[in-house]
Amino acid sequence: MTASRKSMGLHLGVLVVLAALFFILPPYHTGNMARIMVLAIYAMGYNFLFGYTGLLSLGHALFFAAGMYGFGMTVTQLGLPVPVAFAFGILAAAVVSLVIGLLALRTSGVAFMIVTLMFAQAGYLTILYFGEYTRGDEGFVIKQAQRTVAGIDLTSEAGRYGAAFILFAICFLLLARLVQSPFGRTLIAIRENEERTRMLGYDATRLKLQAIVVSGAVSGMGGATYALLFGYVGATFATVQYSIFPLLWVLLGGAGTTVGPLIGVLFMFYLIDISSSYTDAYMLIAGVVLVLLTMFAPQGLAGELRKRVMPWLP
Amino acid sequence: MATVNILHTSGLTKTYAGIKANTDVDFELAQGKITALIGPNGAGKSTFVGMVSGRIEATRGQVFFEGKDISKLPAHKRIQLGIAYTFQITSVFPGLTLHENVALAARRAFRGDEAAVDAKVRTVLTRVGLGERANQIAGDQSYGHQRLLEIAMGFAQDPKVFILDEPTQGLAESEVQDFIQLMKSLAGEVTILLIEHNMTVVMETADHITVLDQGMVLANGTPSEIHENAAVQAAYLGTTDAED
Amino acid sequence: MEFGPHLMLASLEGAVIASILALTAMGLSIVFGVMRVVNVAHGEFFMLGAVIAWWVASHVGGHAAFGFLAALIIAPLFVGAMAAGVDRLILKRIEYDPDRTIVGTIGVLYIIQQTTLMTFGPDARPVEAPFNTRLALPWFEWGENGFAMFWPWGLSTTSYKLFVIVAAAVILLALWMLITRTKLGLIMRATQQDSETAQAFGVPVGRVYSWVFGLGAGLAAIGAVLVVPIQQAHYLMGHDPLLLSFIVVIIGGLGSLPGTVIAAFLIGMSDGIISVFFSPTLAKIFATLLVAMVLVFRPQGLMGRRAP
Repeated sequence: MTASRKSMGLHLGVLVVLAALFFILPPYHTGNMARIMVLAIYAMGYNFLFGYTGLLSLGHALFFAAGMYGFGMTVTQLGLPVPVAFAFGILAAAVVSLVIGLLALRTSGVAFMIVTLMFAQAGYLTILYFGEYTRGDEGFVIKQAQRTVAGIDLTSEAGRYGAAFILFAICFLLLARLVQSPFGRTLIAIRENEERTRMLGYDATRLKLQAIVVSGAVSGMGGATYALLFGYVGATFATVQYSIFPLLWVLLGGAGTTVGPLIGVLFMFYLIDISSSYTDAYMLIAGVVLVLLTMFAPQGLAGELRKRVMPWLP
Repeated sequence: MATVNILHTSGLTKTYAGIKANTDVDFELAQGKITALIGPNGAGKSTFVGMVSGRIEATRGQVFFEGKDISKLPAHKRIQLGIAYTFQITSVFPGLTLHENVALAARRAFRGDEAAVDAKVRTVLTRVGLGERANQIAGDQSYGHQRLLEIAMGFAQDPKVFILDEPTQGLAESEVQDFIQLMKSLAGEVTILLIEHNMTVVMETADHITVLDQGMVLANGTPSEIHENAAVQAAYLGTTDAED
Repeated sequence: MEFGPHLMLASLEGAVIASILALTAMGLSIVFGVMRVVNVAHGEFFMLGAVIAWWVASHVGGHAAFGFLAALIIAPLFVGAMAAGVDRLILKRIEYDPDRTIVGTIGVLYIIQQTTLMTFGPDARPVEAPFNTRLALPWFEWGENGFAMFWPWGLSTTSYKLFVIVAAAVILLALWMLITRTKLGLIMRATQQDSETAQAFGVPVGRVYSWVFGLGAGLAAIGAVLVVPIQQAHYLMGHDPLLLSFIVVIIGGLGSLPGTVIAAFLIGMSDGIISVFFSPTLAKIFATLLVAMVLVFRPQGLMGRRAP
């Protein structure tokens, strides 16, 4: 199959470029790229649910924060080893997404968006309420000593870039494989026509629940990675804004494409990075981009590419 | 020995806000035969097959499939048992290729054997005459081709019972003839429950006919028996002979 | 203060919150009822109303009442016109698709909020109330000497707060008259019932949508003008009204006017009372979870037209 070979080539090519960038770019930009790859993990998690399954959640910050706090609190307060705490962060996000999924999937459409928004808001407020342990808005820092894995210092430039790259690559390749598997293809079918999928004998509700858990776990892994590599955990990451961000990235990059999330984060990150040197009101750019996207390019950058030149894009 | 029934219903009833769409329908579907369900518009045919397939929840009554009561099963479980369903209003996956549309239908049975799925999809698409179009997008196809795709999605599941809800509605005359040939080629292979308005199709393909009127069974019999039934003529045939 | 007087004070505060909330939520509800879209930027129209009120009040000389009165007229008109522009410019072009409208209005939210930050700045600014007499309130109790009336320390409200409650009631009544008694209201209701048929009968549905979207935003702005003498204008103040309006509209049944008013009082009063006795954060957690659960287990609360 040429399509799957092309797709394999594309994914490996993206990874090669990302690896090479570390040796080409100046330190300021490698730092940015590390952050972009971590946020792209979050965006890919979001894309799995929104782009492939067709469920628009406005509450993914809850899963990101579950991974972040699940890792951050166990590593600082219980003193768990980093890999164990990291796994715990992912598990926490998976469990939270399972519970939210069981409840929210009783609704659909606009109600689904509002329900996820409300649950995420309740989660954010809960973090504030238990400020004694979570340090609320102020957040807490994870010390350098607790950010070392197998002797590798993840606060160093190379350690951070390497870890971000490896974790990004794992998610990128796994998700690309997953969306081309029978499971992923059935999720796409649900996005296209849920009633029809059900009448082909698929348990659509169960599949959507599985999609939420995968999406939540990957998003949580993004949160845990962020805390691990940048050493900060705070309630800001649980606010509505952090639920809107992945939607923005994915819409911009191209929903339902494997490379879309990375493209979206990259584009948006530098847009905000450049504009924030001129003004504090950098979210203005995000607003304008959202409006323009929804009006003129609902398919996003990679989506337009797929429509025009690369129909094989997974 | 009497014919074996693969599916039957007992007292199946559906009430919408006090209005009865189906009242105590007792129905039998003979194995390996083509049974047509006919009746004037609003007779409750679609509601009835909706309840059989599980798409519509019955107010009361039971559905038995291969001797087991499946009344409580959700739609997808019934489909998994071997009941395939095609929609009255074409319902395909518009953004996907014909191949992927049919593969989604076939895949459940093959559990991960993509090569077998591929082979199955090709066989089925060829059979309905869409083999050449496998890689085209479903949403771009003509209405007639989308109807054929629906039928292909049904066949791909290798169903024990295949429910077709008005498969020839909106097809051109030549396409209807092709459909009749397709049905005839299936004789004995699969049990078919056909809802159909086009009497030519019914008379040429059906082994058995059940007439529904105002949500109740009006008559049962072979095509010739039904054709001569005075009550049926009064309720139905007399008014639609001019059609098509 | 003892429990009884304390509860009375909390109820009064709750009634003020509820009045503002009823106006704001009503705007969201009308927009959903007629146009079937969710306006996520609603809170920013509220914020804009407050900021414009400050701007107008600070530019009008003389007695504080002049500035306030001018703001009460100018702010809703300006905000309404701006919302109508958003409708024409964006919502109309994406054909009111529910999902894309949510994404688009999230964009509008950030545009309004961040533009305000750039022009108005990050500081909170007060507007002086037109009148603000402190009114001590009496309390009655059976004491040793039988029934007695006394004036507990701290049990008081202001004439302005009472005015807010009355003003909100008058505006809601006027709105109700507009919708049920006038031709404009008839056109709105016809569009709400079936926009295609209304179009066929010559109702300019596109223009009705713009008017309704403007009216919804204008109501939020009125609520905001009423609130600025109590709570200062700030560029991030739109967040809570949006969330609370969502809660009210969902519990009251989207598009149902009486349901919205009842729910606004339920939520406003309980928010006022709970926040006095418990942590406001805990109150908000319960309120948001309650809404989520209503949507999950009683979805007709959202789509239906029934009061709770």
